[in-house]
Amino acid sequence: MTQKDAPEPGRPINEPSEIELSLPWYGAGTLRRRDRQRVEEALRDDPDLARHVDLVREELAETIHLNETLGAPSAAAADRLMAAIEAETEAARKRVPGALAGWLTGFFASLSPRTLAVAASFATLAIALQGVMIADIFTRPQNTPVLENEHHHGTFARIRFVRQANAAEITDFLQDNQATVVDGPTGGGLYRVRLGMKALAKEELHRIIARIRQDRIVEFAEVEESAP
Amino acid sequence: MAMQAPADEALIGRIAGGDRLAMQVLFARHHVRVYRYVLRLLHDEMAAEDVISDVFLDVWRQASRFEARSAVSTWLIAIARFKALSMLRRRRDEGLDDETAASIEETADDPERALAKLDKGEKLRKCLAALSAEHREIIDLVYYHEKSVEEVADIVGIPENTVKTRMFYARKKLGELCKMAGIDRGWP
Repeated sequence: MTQKDAPEPGRPINEPSEIELSLPWYGAGTLRRRDRQRVEEALRDDPDLARHVDLVREELAETIHLNETLGAPSAAAADRLMAAIEAETEAARKRVPGALAGWLTGFFASLSPRTLAVAASFATLAIALQGVMIADIFTRPQNTPVLENEHHHGTFARIRFVRQANAAEITDFLQDNQATVVDGPTGGGLYRVRLGMKALAKEELHRIIARIRQDRIVEFAEVEESAP
Repeated sequence: MAMQAPADEALIGRIAGGDRLAMQVLFARHHVRVYRYVLRLLHDEMAAEDVISDVFLDVWRQASRFEARSAVSTWLIAIARFKALSMLRRRRDEGLDDETAASIEETADDPERALAKLDKGEKLRKCLAALSAEHREIIDLVYYHEKSVEEVADIVGIPENTVKTRMFYARKKLGELCKMAGIDRGWP
């Protein structure tokens, strides 16, 4: 876009240039590299275009602000989802005869999740059986609200479980400690676990971590010093 | 020590294998943004919550079919859009959408005098809220959900050139609303 093509304040624009059409994505940082370079070249020669980018950034900031004020859904949405998943898993499990289930459990345990996913004819059974193996692993404590800032507020620890720990044991552990898995696992098998919605006193926190470390299914546990 | 969380695609792979913990992580990561997207379409918090439960249930059921041609967040929003629009259509058919329509009109008809009392940022947000659903949606997708031209085209189901021109006219309309509200942004 040349300066000649640049819109003057108040002048209606009938046919915007390609560069002008791309400005919102340039402002949002989602343009492909080549397109971004083209916009940057045009910006160097065209002060009006640069001013237009300022408008885009203003719109962008206020759009984010507007959306951020919309709040977050209640915990009911997560509860409904997990109840539906539980019901589907349970229904699928009931459709599997006992002996066959035992054989299939071993068989599927030897396959990767992606392999399982590809095996379309066994997909329903695989989901059912693996669902049983990790039954109740959705461990959000009752009435804990699901908040946007869930990853930021509260007291967190990083925990790695022993290889032999099964889903039921992890579930029990989380429930016993009123804890919730927020993220993970990382490559090192660490889970980010929230121990409480509020910041706990240092003594209380050390007491909890000491107790957690004593648990036979915990291989490693440490306090997360600062929120990300 | 910084934790490196698994990529969304890896979570989907685990969900395909029946991993509920992965489902929990994916939900925690995306549910607020999906909820806000749906809420902007439906203007109904309860309905928006129902839709996001349905969206993630679909993810649970269809994870093995995810082909990673688009980002997981784009896939989620595309599912959410389909469900929200289906709900709107049902409501319209059942004549239950009068309240939503009224609330949209109420926002759109915001008196000029009330706008004059607001600061520039507030006025701009009021004008953003007063845009048509079509224009609001594209502005949200580009600015808030940070979707590229290609991703918006995928979600909305329109050609990429239409995405660009729709965004342009949404912004132009926003400029006109701003002018009416007493903000002369110098464009259009």
